Amino acid sequence: MTGVSDPIIEVTNLDKFYGDFHALKDVNLTVHQGEKMVICGPSGSGKSTLIRCFNGLEWHNSGQLVIDGVEVHEQSKDMRRLRQEVGMVFQQFNLFPHLTVLENLMIGPMKVRRQGRAQAEATARKYLDRVHIPEQADKYPAQLSGGQQQRVAIARSLCMETRIMLFDEPTSALDPEMINEVLDVMVELAQSGMTMVVVTHEMGFARKVADTMVFMEAGEIVEVSPPDRFFTNPSSERCRLFLDQILEH
Amino acid sequence: MIRFFRKFRWPDWVILAVLMAFFSYIWFTIEGTLNYSWRWHLIPNYIVGWHTTREEYFANILLQGLAATIRISIYASILAVILGTILGVARCSANLTVRMLARTYLEFLRNIPPVVVVFIFFFFLSQQLIDALNLERWARGIARQENNGVWEFFFGEMRRFPSLVSGVIVLALFESAFVGEIVRAGIQSVPKGQREAARSIGMNRWQELRYIVLPQALKKVVPPLANQFITLIKDSSIISLISVQELTYKTVELVASSRMIFEAWITTAGFYFVVCFSLSRLFGRLEKRNTRDER
Repeated sequence: MTGVSDPIIEVTNLDKFYGDFHALKDVNLTVHQGEKMVICGPSGSGKSTLIRCFNGLEWHNSGQLVIDGVEVHEQSKDMRRLRQEVGMVFQQFNLFPHLTVLENLMIGPMKVRRQGRAQAEATARKYLDRVHIPEQADKYPAQLSGGQQQRVAIARSLCMETRIMLFDEPTSALDPEMINEVLDVMVELAQSGMTMVVVTHEMGFARKVADTMVFMEAGEIVEVSPPDRFFTNPSSERCRLFLDQILEH
Repeated sequence: MIRFFRKFRWPDWVILAVLMAFFSYIWFTIEGTLNYSWRWHLIPNYIVGWHTTREEYFANILLQGLAATIRISIYASILAVILGTILGVARCSANLTVRMLARTYLEFLRNIPPVVVVFIFFFFLSQQLIDALNLERWARGIARQENNGVWEFFFGEMRRFPSLVSGVIVLALFESAFVGEIVRAGIQSVPKGQREAARSIGMNRWQELRYIVLPQALKKVVPPLANQFITLIKDSSIISLISVQELTYKTVELVASSRMIFEAWITTAGFYFVVCFSLSRLFGRLEKRNTRDER
């Protein structure tokens, strides 16, 4: 494991309801600084809900969630500061269609961090380089391929100088030939020491970068283990079945 | 024109022939009893008149009315878009009271006849406002000045300025409800993911609205807003009831003094039609060009 130290995300007895539906059941989890955690599980198991709680896109109903020493809850005054520290990459990219690629990257630093234009542009170009598409700076999102759009979305989060990156099925909406260009960028990001929590079914990626594998089902965490044990000898039967299903093809 | 007729098939001719027969029958029945002497030749004089002493052409009452209608429509639209945007944003607010107030305003305007709304706004709101601001005296002051050409260009006759202001306010308040609904639809058409992305880079609600949601929403609402502008021009005839001297009011005056009921009203209808129809064609063409540019 590279640079694992203090816990940066601490989840204790977390519960989340949508009306009567129990979406997260007594979730306990710790992510350390620099750790790469991959969460997998069948759809509807609460993976996305969990990481959406991490930056306040959803609110938990009970339990405790502490990120970077700040307790996350709806009335918290620190939520905005926290969101600047926690980046999120969505399945549907969610780039801003009315802004160019460069403007997409600059708007956060300029409006939220109150940086000057020149500084914001320098940062934007740096991270656009990092995701290997410096030449697309002046295009609009709709003119890019899905893979390129997702890389812009990653760069947009990085421009906020985030300390934690959350990925919510970042390759699920992509055509197969574009998946690798996004995963490559994510691998490079992992190697740079970023703390990452990734919801994905890309097991090749998981094997390559994960420090910890998490398997969820029906709102519960079923298994937490390092990847070598997770893939060869998972302790739960349900996890074994799930891996058999997705690794068969 | 010839090419147009070439598209006709025999059912078209039959339908046209039946319609023409029907209307000719009605026409000839009325003509016998109507006993109306048409004086179309007098109408042009009421559009552009000839000043005999100064020996120059001047805009006579119908053209003055049209100019007033256009002025009022433009100012009222601008005001209505501002108010409507606020209203639309309020309708999507996170705060329940704000949402309810906006909804109440909207439902009142939607479920009360326009004429009643106009009277209520006029007597309870704009008249008080004009008194409070002392607009009357201010406008008369300008009317007495020598060089008030710029004022007259933008606001017409300055002595009528207070009535123009109340016309604009009443019309804008009335239309803002509809603009508000258009804006609300535009805001809600922006996908949820856009707000989430904005929030996840740390924007607060205002920044999210200002930089992400509104720019996208306003782009989507331009075509329906353009149509609302045309509706507003037509609705502006209602404010003749509160003595705003626009086209409809001037026509009523003309009919009262000259008794040219049919000629005057048909001419006025023609004015409205030409303005509204050409605007609708223009907006349609602009919209088509815009969607072509988009990818």
